[in-house]
Amino acid sequence: MILTNIESVPGMVITAQYGLVAGSTVRAKNAIKDFGAGLKNMVGGELKSYTELLTEARKEAVSRMEQQAQRMGANAVINVRFATSSVTVGAAEVYAYGTAVKVQPKG
Amino acid sequence: MGDVLLLLIILGFTFMTGTIIEKRHFENIKKREIALIKKPIINFGAKKWDTNRKIKKIELVTGECVISGDYFKNFVAGLKNLFGGRLTTFESVLDRGRREAILKMREKARGANFIINARIESVMLNDTYGQESVPQCAIIAYGTAVTYE
Repeated sequence: MILTNIESVPGMVITAQYGLVAGSTVRAKNAIKDFGAGLKNMVGGELKSYTELLTEARKEAVSRMEQQAQRMGANAVINVRFATSSVTVGAAEVYAYGTAVKVQPKG
Repeated sequence: MGDVLLLLIILGFTFMTGTIIEKRHFENIKKREIALIKKPIINFGAKKWDTNRKIKKIELVTGECVISGDYFKNFVAGLKNLFGGRLTTFESVLDRGRREAILKMREKARGANFIINARIESVMLNDTYGQESVPQCAIIAYGTAVTYE
């Protein structure tokens, strides 16, 4: 599965379009890590455990989007965008969406 | 009296830790930015992009970072809010977060020639009003990495 966030796939031509595909996930860390992040919050800096959480959430959202595209028979998703929102403290929603297309090499 | 003393101790402590952590983080970011100065080239905002050269790999690359200010920064920003103007204590926090996310993205695309249409997306994680909470900002940087053959 090829993913791009521009309107084409460089070096390939689009032969069919299947429309919007999307994947979303909401993730929360456990209470112990929340407590650790709370302490880190006092002194500042990068919150590594939350960064990890965001990475997992992004991977999950992208893989759900890919699955949906695969079911449609697409082999690429173009114009992928990410949107994030905070649901409650310590949980993050990541939403990935794009256009499922079929591409083939030029010429 | 005891409360004021405790507040002063917390402020002093978090000022120290916050300053040290920020200084180290900036040094780390600068070092990595210098190491990556040539490659890959980043292009913010090319919506259509094509080339005649043979392409080996096209990939979506991302970099994430969750960054927070400290208690002292929050306190200062709260005071500054009364008079308005630049909240410099938070500017440096957001700057660090964004640069960190972009660096992580570039480090993942080390072998690539270009990162096209890089975008930065951010969200505040705990902006609960009425509670004394330090803002945290989650940042995702993403773009399309292109590698020539």
